[in-house]
Amino acid sequence: MAQKRKPKLAVWKFASCDGCQLSILDCEDELLSIASAVDIAYFPEASRAMRKGPYDISLVEGSVTTPHDDARIQQIRNMSKLLVTIGACATAGGIQALRNFKDVKEYASIVYASPQYIDSLAKSTPISDHVQVDYQLWGCPINKRQLVEVLSAFLNGRKPNIPTQSVCMTCKMHGTVCVMVAHGTPCLGPVTRDGCGALCPSYNRGCYGCFGPKETPNTRSLSEWWSRLGVKERDIMRVFRTFNAYTEAFRRESEFHEK
Amino acid sequence: MKSRTIDVDYLARVEGEGAIHVKVKGNKVTNVELKIFEPPRFFEAFLRGRDFTEAPDITARICGICPIAYQMSAAHAMEDAFGVKVDGQLRALRRLIYCGEWIESHVLHVFMLHAPDFLGYQDAIQMAKDYPKEVQRALELKKIGNELVTLLGGREIHPINVRVGGFYKVPTKHQLAPLVERLKWARDAAVETTRLVGTFRFPKFEQDYEFVALRHPNEYPFNEGRLVSNKGLDIPIRDFENHFFEEHMPYSSALHSVQKDRGPYFVGPLARYNLNFDRLSPLAQEAARSAGLTPECRNPFKSIIVRSVETVHACEEALRIIGEYEMPEEPAVEVKARASRGFGCTEAPRGILYHRYRIDDNGTILDAKMVPPTAQNQRTIESDLRAFVSKNLKLTQEKLTWICEQVVRNYDPCISCSAHFLKVIVERD
Repeated sequence: MAQKRKPKLAVWKFASCDGCQLSILDCEDELLSIASAVDIAYFPEASRAMRKGPYDISLVEGSVTTPHDDARIQQIRNMSKLLVTIGACATAGGIQALRNFKDVKEYASIVYASPQYIDSLAKSTPISDHVQVDYQLWGCPINKRQLVEVLSAFLNGRKPNIPTQSVCMTCKMHGTVCVMVAHGTPCLGPVTRDGCGALCPSYNRGCYGCFGPKETPNTRSLSEWWSRLGVKERDIMRVFRTFNAYTEAFRRESEFHEK
Repeated sequence: MKSRTIDVDYLARVEGEGAIHVKVKGNKVTNVELKIFEPPRFFEAFLRGRDFTEAPDITARICGICPIAYQMSAAHAMEDAFGVKVDGQLRALRRLIYCGEWIESHVLHVFMLHAPDFLGYQDAIQMAKDYPKEVQRALELKKIGNELVTLLGGREIHPINVRVGGFYKVPTKHQLAPLVERLKWARDAAVETTRLVGTFRFPKFEQDYEFVALRHPNEYPFNEGRLVSNKGLDIPIRDFENHFFEEHMPYSSALHSVQKDRGPYFVGPLARYNLNFDRLSPLAQEAARSAGLTPECRNPFKSIIVRSVETVHACEEALRIIGEYEMPEEPAVEVKARASRGFGCTEAPRGILYHRYRIDDNGTILDAKMVPPTAQNQRTIESDLRAFVSKNLKLTQEKLTWICEQVVRNYDPCISCSAHFLKVIVERD
């Protein structure tokens, strides 16, 4: 039998904070095993050796915000057998998608003295708006355990075992007291995708939705509960408008409270 | 006349996207550009209209490598605006979580990003084949930094437990206790790391820099102090914008910060070390001396030793804080918003990170300004490239290109932060 070639892995960056690809280097216990299971062919944050495609798996971090990046993601898609987005920017447009609700020219003039040097698209959009994506990993930042699971699943030709339910399920399994029911602390848990390990409630804080909407979220019902806890319309609008603001469910809900 | 260019189109082993372009005509460097093509994300614009309590979580997303720095500068700026003082054990816990970020970030740079340059490897994974013990030790050391951030912050990247006024929840003594043995191991591993990087060969290279860092009456600086330099600057944080301003260059999406009438300056571990050697723990001082460092060091290539020395210090400081810890009764000080302006400047692993906010009576942010460390170092990096290439024109193109990359990596630039940054091109006509 012919010896099996190691799958070639590439890691790409678009508009982002670098945190999700840092998660790979944060796998201190698994990093050397990952490096022995795959051929890390392109990962500029970690290596100056950059080899040409095609690649078996491309991990894409960041959102598309410039005309150049729109062209670049097409090329990456053409070179990649599997394309997996990692994190809220690549999967949902990220915090920088807050520009989508405003005029980007005005934004550039607030930050830069010479905005004419800045070449930026009107909207920050997820990778799936531009090319076909094979798998999307949510979270701001992603959970590194989920990343290892996704890599391991694709290396073994199976489907990743990643939940799409709400984070409340993990919170309950941990036996954390419900901050909303017991303490009246507003929490986005019921509409937020599982994956972080239900961190915020275990630190006596309400979930702020960094893993994006779960499947079929009932955001309107949750907003009504928030209102009953005395949260102002404006604050409800703000809370849906953070790291996953441009997902359909969170965008619709924030617009409802904007008036 | 013979000319030549050095181009690095996509600079590796830095956080974010940038390039270097150096143009040489005969024996003269005619142009140096450190290009940042990281797309702008407009944080300062969308912070307008947000609640003051959101600033630590939102600004953390500027940088996944140093989110604690953003959370700390934001929290301190808000507390400055509202006249709130966070003291005692809460203040100590803030230093403790910062120790974790310094350890994690410094070890990442020392081993994964910088050491391969000195040892001639493309990356740490290649290096691991010849130096398995050292790379394993580094990964374990980095992991301990991350464990500290995770225990206090919930997770290593974009921690969820920092708020204006303190924390959402504080740890018990019992929860911190298991870290003691881990940190003792980490301290010894950091001493060993300092010894190892001290044996690297360093190019002879020094410039007359102006180092700028925080200085505190009795601590090595993390969160507080006055802004000082080796050339007479000594100002409170709130005067930052009276002395420094940002310029926008056509080839870069990062703003260049320069000092009025004085030009480029240097922030980060080397600046902190030169200005605060006397505040390092005795063991960290000892580790520096044994690695061949004097209390004054102007060779940016040696910043790898300084990062290791600061890692020793951070481990010791963490041990000290845990040893003296008593759980505070409240996890945070109460904060009441009022119309005001606030200033914060803390020592991110890469250097001073300045935040300024204007807030209205309802606690809504009216405007925000952030000056990240890499924006402040860009001019100095360009000046280093110019000086270094001028003196080393005899090197082959391949060698000169690699060492130009190394000149940039000396600063551990974080491009994601500064594109509010890198690619190397050396061009010889």
